[in-house]
Amino acid sequence: MSPEHNPSNLRGEVECLIAEGSFDAASRRLSELWRREPGSATAGFVNSRIDQLRDRLLLDKLPLAKFKLAFLRSFTVEPIVPLLRAEAFLYGIDLEVHVSDFNTYVQDIVDAGSSLYRFAPNAVVLAVRTKDVAPDLAREFADLSPEAARQAADRVARGYEQWVTSFRQHSQAALIIHSLERPAHPSLGVLDSQSETGQSGFIRQINRELRRIAEEFHGVHILDYDALVARYGSENWHDERKWLTARLPIAADHLLHMAREWMRFLLPLTGRTAKCLAVDLDNTLWGGVIGEEGMTGIKVGPEYPCAAFQALQRVLLDLSKKGILLAVCSKNNLDDAMEALDKHPGMLLRSRHFAALRINWTDKSQNLREIAQELNIGIDSLAFLDDNPFEREQVRAALPEVTVIDLPQNPLEYAATVRDSPVFERLTLSAEDQQRTAMYAEQRQRTGAEQSFQSKEDFFRFLEQEAELDAVSDLTLARVAQLTQKTNQFNLTTRRYSEAQIAEMAKKPGWNIRSVRVRDRFGDHGLVGVAIVLDQGDQCEIDTFLLSCRVIGRTVETALLAHIAKSAAHRGCKRLVGWFLPTRKNAPARDFYSQHKFALVEQTSEGSLWSLDLTQQAVAFPAWVKLITPNGGHD
Amino acid sequence: MSAAVFDQIRTMASDLFGVPEERITADSSPQTLEAWDSIQHLNLVLALEEKFSVQLSPEEIEQMTNIGETAKLIESKLQATPR
Repeated sequence: MSPEHNPSNLRGEVECLIAEGSFDAASRRLSELWRREPGSATAGFVNSRIDQLRDRLLLDKLPLAKFKLAFLRSFTVEPIVPLLRAEAFLYGIDLEVHVSDFNTYVQDIVDAGSSLYRFAPNAVVLAVRTKDVAPDLAREFADLSPEAARQAADRVARGYEQWVTSFRQHSQAALIIHSLERPAHPSLGVLDSQSETGQSGFIRQINRELRRIAEEFHGVHILDYDALVARYGSENWHDERKWLTARLPIAADHLLHMAREWMRFLLPLTGRTAKCLAVDLDNTLWGGVIGEEGMTGIKVGPEYPCAAFQALQRVLLDLSKKGILLAVCSKNNLDDAMEALDKHPGMLLRSRHFAALRINWTDKSQNLREIAQELNIGIDSLAFLDDNPFEREQVRAALPEVTVIDLPQNPLEYAATVRDSPVFERLTLSAEDQQRTAMYAEQRQRTGAEQSFQSKEDFFRFLEQEAELDAVSDLTLARVAQLTQKTNQFNLTTRRYSEAQIAEMAKKPGWNIRSVRVRDRFGDHGLVGVAIVLDQGDQCEIDTFLLSCRVIGRTVETALLAHIAKSAAHRGCKRLVGWFLPTRKNAPARDFYSQHKFALVEQTSEGSLWSLDLTQQAVAFPAWVKLITPNGGHD
Repeated sequence: MSAAVFDQIRTMASDLFGVPEERITADSSPQTLEAWDSIQHLNLVLALEEKFSVQLSPEEIEQMTNIGETAKLIESKLQATPR
């Protein structure tokens, strides 16, 4: 951040920029103000300016993503809402919030006509505290017999299950449930910890049940409120005076922590997450400058001060296990940097952990562009980590879409800073996510192989691709929904679906959801493509057709189209039709229908409608792809 | 009452209540400003506590009947606790 901008100047600048109509610059300054001075005193200013900016930014090229969030609650959340809206604004989200009345959550959930459902939320937070949902366990525990306590715990858990079931009947929105906090001072003192049938034991049991419910229902997630309170300490977290006067149980200092915990759910739900973290080397991944201090001079290892850098590397390894790609973006001599990366005994990360390397003297924004291109991801899917404030500002200015992480001065705080960034949160994890880094390493070999072949066909044959086509099942639901949410480039309609919506669709007559899994001689790409079609009379419409960028251009898309065309003809359909709806990112899919001999039927401002006469034509299945259909192929 | 504290509180109130600063005077109160409801009152308390590093008791919060009284209260708190 540029030192000449102190917060009060920033306020003035924001006003000035809004007045002169520079809304883009105004929103960047407003974000900077919030990053520097987040809290209740700034929230009023930031929220009122967000309201002034949102409609104007909408006309611009980079509009804010709208997201509607409802709170069902047993305590005052209103002062946290402005903090949450300001945090969301940092990530390009325009948050609209609905807060239900105190303790009306059961009526709101059960009544299909309640204000909750009229609001049509994208997500709902059920923020209820132990003393409100389980008053007997919280307050009168010493009075309860073990049997009565057990019944009370069962009743609470069953209650949650009924509410979730009822909620799912009325809404497909994501549901985030706060777990119940355990008492800081159990009524039986240390005796409480001596068995599972103490006060804490029963509350833990309810929380276990909540996790089970979350596993059972799609789109239901648990926010571990108990762990959140413990992280900051129950005595610090709570403010009894504000609870008694305003029903606000959380102390002023921790309101922002509550807001940020909600953000860790909102970012994965809105898809505003980072797919790749590009890291600097000198004074970021290790202490010191390799070009000057050499292998023996740089600091990374198990002991202080080297341990700070190892701690950061451990966090990066965790990210890579969640499927987040790592890349190096460093101004250095390649040989020096590679020697440290591969040979320094203190390093936990090696060059094989990185999906792309840019070690040169070019400016960082150019290198980041190239990394995004090499990995086939959008610039807005990149996060950038650098100790140098100048480099961070340069990247922020040149590439405002990149998530730039502000590292603190002290390396001991590096690991926590990266760990706490919500852009790396995921709500589900597929097998593909866990193997992604290895798959990109195979990809590097494959691209090497491609260059030595005479023709594309030779290369396709050499690849020995297998396409496994199957109907969506419980096992693949999460991945299918994830692909609809994350695939931007080869995506004909870019319709986003939640797990719950896909599950719903799969049950309806006329809908067919097919996924494709691809393997080749280098390895397993996992589940990489989805086609959703809807039969309407003698016409079959392609609702969704997408393929992960990892396998574009290798004729898998043709194989998938051939399969759905053949199945549709087999079911008696005479026409296969589909829209191409252009976005800023899906140019790679633009000519897909015309390349496969579909005829243009209609052109509107939204997109183009294409049709293939199935009685006259078919889509040829590529000869070099081996088709595998576990359930016999046809529907 | 010092102008600095009063001005800061006026700016804060303007942001919270969505009213231009010029329209906020020492007499502005929940009766004269429509947006000044119990939730905004709580937001104002939290913003004051953070901005001036003070803690307000329930009794003190009740004294905040208008902007002038609020400024006086903060002023006296700041004098009582030398920073």
